[in-house]
Amino acid sequence: MNNPQLNKDGELQHLLTTEGLPARIVRDILDRAATFLDVAEGREIKKVPLLHGKSVFNVFFENSTRTRTTFEIAAKRLSADVVNLNIGSSSTSKGETLLDTVDNLCAMHADMFIVRHSQSGAAHLIARHVAPEIHVINAGDGRHAHPTQALLDMFTIRHYKKEFHNLRVAIVGDVLHSRVARSQIHALTTLGVPEVRVIAPKTLLPTMVENLGVRVYHDMAQGLKDVDVVLMLRLQNERMQGAALPSAQEYFKNYGLTEEKLAHAKDDAIVMHPGPMNRGVEIDSVVADGPRSVILSQVTFGIAVRMAVMSMLAGDKQ
Amino acid sequence: MNIHIKNGRLIDPKNKIDGQMDLFVDAGKIAGIGNAPAGFVADKVIDASGLIVAPGLIDLAARLREPGYEYMATLESEMAAAVAGGITSLACPPDTDPALDEPGLVEMLKHKARNLNQARVYPVGALTAGLHGKELTEMAELVDAGCVAFSQADAPLTDTRVLLRAMQYAATFDFPVWLRPQDSFLAKNGVAHDGEVATRCGLPAIPVSAETIALATMLALARDTGVRLHICRISSAAGVEMIRAAKREGIKVTCDVSMNHTHLSENDIGFFDPNCHLVPPLRSLRDRAALRAGLADGTIDAICSNHAPVDEDAKQLPFAEAEPGATGLELLLPLVLKWAGQEKVALSDALARATLHPARVLGLDAGHLSAGSTADICVFDPEAWWKVEPAALKSQGKNTPFNGIELQGRVRYTLVDGSVVYQV
Repeated sequence: MNNPQLNKDGELQHLLTTEGLPARIVRDILDRAATFLDVAEGREIKKVPLLHGKSVFNVFFENSTRTRTTFEIAAKRLSADVVNLNIGSSSTSKGETLLDTVDNLCAMHADMFIVRHSQSGAAHLIARHVAPEIHVINAGDGRHAHPTQALLDMFTIRHYKKEFHNLRVAIVGDVLHSRVARSQIHALTTLGVPEVRVIAPKTLLPTMVENLGVRVYHDMAQGLKDVDVVLMLRLQNERMQGAALPSAQEYFKNYGLTEEKLAHAKDDAIVMHPGPMNRGVEIDSVVADGPRSVILSQVTFGIAVRMAVMSMLAGDKQ
Repeated sequence: MNIHIKNGRLIDPKNKIDGQMDLFVDAGKIAGIGNAPAGFVADKVIDASGLIVAPGLIDLAARLREPGYEYMATLESEMAAAVAGGITSLACPPDTDPALDEPGLVEMLKHKARNLNQARVYPVGALTAGLHGKELTEMAELVDAGCVAFSQADAPLTDTRVLLRAMQYAATFDFPVWLRPQDSFLAKNGVAHDGEVATRCGLPAIPVSAETIALATMLALARDTGVRLHICRISSAAGVEMIRAAKREGIKVTCDVSMNHTHLSENDIGFFDPNCHLVPPLRSLRDRAALRAGLADGTIDAICSNHAPVDEDAKQLPFAEAEPGATGLELLLPLVLKWAGQEKVALSDALARATLHPARVLGLDAGHLSAGSTADICVFDPEAWWKVEPAALKSQGKNTPFNGIELQGRVRYTLVDGSVVYQV
């Protein structure tokens, strides 16, 4: 089976998932992102013309202000024309199918789609459907993948830890419903992280998760012991009570990241979160705002990483 | 019309015939095997040199989509597909719109099917009104109208008291009850087997326990009521083992498997191939191996197409939203042959699982080529390779996980009631 995100020369055609993404491409993206970080920080004019004249369509079938905005900023810094569409509340509710919507946008000469959808596999479906000169970036599909989030997390880890081959990384929280966790796991294993852990109650872990190459823990003290990086996951509101968890309070008691629990990690461990955070549910404010938190760096790096991905797909090949 | 089918390899599992033998058909019946009956003059001679002459296939699960879902398929298109696949009798589940819960609907379906003069249609009536799982249907009336069994199709029947009553009532008249085991709470929103692939793809999953829990309930109630229970579309190794134990115990239970599950697994979902969105979900390779072994050792009585044509638009959606189902009538024979070849099952034993054994599940004296029996016959070339291509399929449903695959075994003639209804 062909990897649908690579073209026949093995170059990136779409970015749909971190699974099966060759390590050399991941490193290319991170290296390129480093150069864009300077664009944002070092210059008076925060723009480069790599995507000048290209049309980037932010097509969000599921609402997200934060991710959409970072993609928009990234595209604008590359001088692209950006169109934002929140489709969750318009066409599909009128009975138009996903691919009808895509066809219409193609007819408006889109060069790139940034897609978010509530269904796993939606970005793959679109990528299979569009003409070969159009690129698709998955900005989150159901529980499946959120590759740019995982790549910006990798960028952040590399920024603070330099290497991957000597790290112990723990992912904490609702892995079952998390596209971020899946993409992080594939990215971490691809980059050679020797030990990836997941920490969660059994109700929030998918079946056979260990086959993705992770070690499973149900206890924070054991799971966080001697880790270098703690990746927190967001707990969706609808999971906080019901059959998966009895209450947000009990979850916080067992799995919320506090200074006390973080003490089990290495002294120089960093704490990350994809946002938006539920303070007092999965993470204590003292940790979120504390010296080991690199959560705001993630946001900054996210723009550079998304610029890197977009320019790699649609810009002139460097 | 008198037909002489000559020079073919005749395979009839019931009469343990497998050898070169001519077949003589007279007035819709098998008039002679090997030797022509006295005074037989052929109106038509079929040269079956290099071909296999077998009983017509009997499919336990073919959705014809009428009434109600004509945009997916019509009786006309699907009946043509059936005979193109060598299928001469088929049972259709009651999940039409409206459901087959009224004698008038069943009579209409039978009448329309009869007028097409193709395969025989055996409707399976709804076990509960509207398949809602609450009130029993008028089973005796439905049987008078032509129903051969009663089923919930894929609709849930969560109230076990209703299930008990339905089985008791059916058992009173010795009507068979056909059920697909799936616990509706555990299967809620699920679209894939709860295993490695669903975990990787982030697809809502259906655990094997959804099947085994429902199966345990059904078998317990069958034991108590003595109903003739047929388990539809078994999908897991654990389920096969439970059927094996139930049969050993003496519970009156039979069982079928879909041809898709005999050949495919969760791995075939690949990058969200909506053609592999099937009901029940494709399970692990271990489950598939147990299904194939269960079919070979007789734990599973029959293999069916589980034909479920859907319209193309309904498949062009993200995996979970895509309409489940695949076309199958025209693939049943080659997929039976493929399984037999791979598992080294004798051709006669393999064909029995798509002819004689499903006939027994249906309670029909069919699926064999005895002298005097109805001449429902399939003549096929066991060597011919062909590529599954949507445009070439007669079924209005064009979606199958086997699209683009080369399969061996091609139907050359199909006879129903002694008339050639299909030939190429």
